[in-house]
Amino acid sequence: MTAILKVTGLSMNFGGLRALDDVDLRVEPREIVALIGPNGAGKTTFFNCLTGIYPPVSGTIFMRASSGKQSRLNGLPPNKITAKGMARTFQNIRLFPEMTVLENVMIGCHCRTSAGILGAVFRPRAVRAEEQRIVDSSYKILTRLGLTDVVNDLARNLPYGAQRRLEIARALATEPALLLLDEPAAGMNPRETAELNQLIGKIRDIYEVAILLIEHDMKLVMSLSDRIYVMEYGRRIAVGTPVEVKKNPAVIKAYLGE
Amino acid sequence: MNYFLDLFFSGLTRGSIYALIALGYTMVYGIIGLINFAHGEIYMIGAFTALIIASLLTVLGMNGMAILVISGLAAMVYAAAYGYTIEKIAYKPLRNSPRLAPLISAIGMSIFLQNYVMLAQTSDFLPFPDLIPNFAFMEPYSDFIGSSDLVILLTTAVAMLLLTIMIKYTRMGRAMRATAQDMQMAMLVGIDVNRVISFTFIIGSVLAAIGGLLIASHVGQINFYIGFIAGIKAFTAAVLGGIGSIPGAVLGGFILGLTESFATGYVSSDYEDVFAFGLLVLILIFRPSGILGRSENQKV
Repeated sequence: MTAILKVTGLSMNFGGLRALDDVDLRVEPREIVALIGPNGAGKTTFFNCLTGIYPPVSGTIFMRASSGKQSRLNGLPPNKITAKGMARTFQNIRLFPEMTVLENVMIGCHCRTSAGILGAVFRPRAVRAEEQRIVDSSYKILTRLGLTDVVNDLARNLPYGAQRRLEIARALATEPALLLLDEPAAGMNPRETAELNQLIGKIRDIYEVAILLIEHDMKLVMSLSDRIYVMEYGRRIAVGTPVEVKKNPAVIKAYLGE
Repeated sequence: MNYFLDLFFSGLTRGSIYALIALGYTMVYGIIGLINFAHGEIYMIGAFTALIIASLLTVLGMNGMAILVISGLAAMVYAAAYGYTIEKIAYKPLRNSPRLAPLISAIGMSIFLQNYVMLAQTSDFLPFPDLIPNFAFMEPYSDFIGSSDLVILLTTAVAMLLLTIMIKYTRMGRAMRATAQDMQMAMLVGIDVNRVISFTFIIGSVLAAIGGLLIASHVGQINFYIGFIAGIKAFTAAVLGGIGSIPGAVLGGFILGLTESFATGYVSSDYEDVFAFGLLVLILIFRPSGILGRSENQKV
């Protein structure tokens, strides 16, 4: 099997509500996959199950690391899942507001570096060298996302579009194999959305990541995605290429009604 | 003038002890939103550990400064072990419970530790050796500042400087700030939040142990109850400065120490607490989030 992410039969309940019902999904290496559906379809819940925020009721989540090793993600805490190569952004931006732009990205590098507390006392030179590497690779990411002018600004003082890009930068700093983007274009004007469209493609090519995104902007979804999954009421109702999905009667019904 | 300076320096000395303890309250609150009422007990246990080790070393015939350093290190290690363990058994299992649950657990832990020390040691006041030597060069100033005041002030300053550097420039410091600002997001960028929380308790306990050792040597006696009083005062200092804010805890500690000292000196020692808590009431009326506190979670 080559899929980087393979989800089988994932279900999640909130009290009596079936938020996810037997959802299957797979993402191939370097693929851009979109997850669409009306509000309340369970898309963000799906992300929350993948990243370990909610424990799914049933189903399995497997991820294949770049080394080729497969690991089961169910039941792992979020930080372990991030270490396995999954990173995400949020619909409502969640940066560390009182930290600088650079620090926000540096935090992301932590899970790929090793220095412990004792290291800082006993091996100061090695720790300082590692710290320098973290700064260097953070700068590299910030440069690619066009944030070099604001490295020392507090994250909360950035304009909206820059905050969105910073969130992606922080996610990239964890060196993911799979990047989850939750409505990256929310609140953006058409020009910003077009820039985002290019940026996401660029990120896939440079960082060789697979991308799974939730998005309501159909123009963006149709132009970016290799494949699209459509959800409604917690169930998967369609999957296919943009052209196939656009013609699918179940999708048309879900979006436009009978 | 000398009387004023005398009060001023004894206020600073007192304030720096409050500040050392208040830092533990404020850091823990900043990270997990818990008032760790057992924190004063850590300070008391630090003082007792130092007393036991210091007595032992005195019997072995070591000199003053060496005893101070070794018993201080022992107190820090022992207190850190207590702080770490308390978090693991009394707070971690309640991490996702309603906020009141860990608070009750903290009060229970505080009562438990007080009684444990009372039973294991004694309920009487124990004399604490004067470990801080009298420096000859301090002689001209002895009217208003003693050698132990100087050592306390310097130690506190160094401890706070190290803490600031740690939080601002090290990776653990970054992880602490990130956890304080958004714990779930911190996990999602790969931070092991449990380690960060344990570390916070350890640092807070080490600072409290330093405070315990210094004040015990300064005052000259300890008992099992000193942690309760000092804990309440330091908690007041943390709230005064804005709980969750590190500079706030330090500022609150000094303001409280100076207020008490001047109230004792110029009014009456009977009114020391009235002034201290009166000040707290006043500040909370005009700035409910404390002097340096933000209205909404500015933490660590």
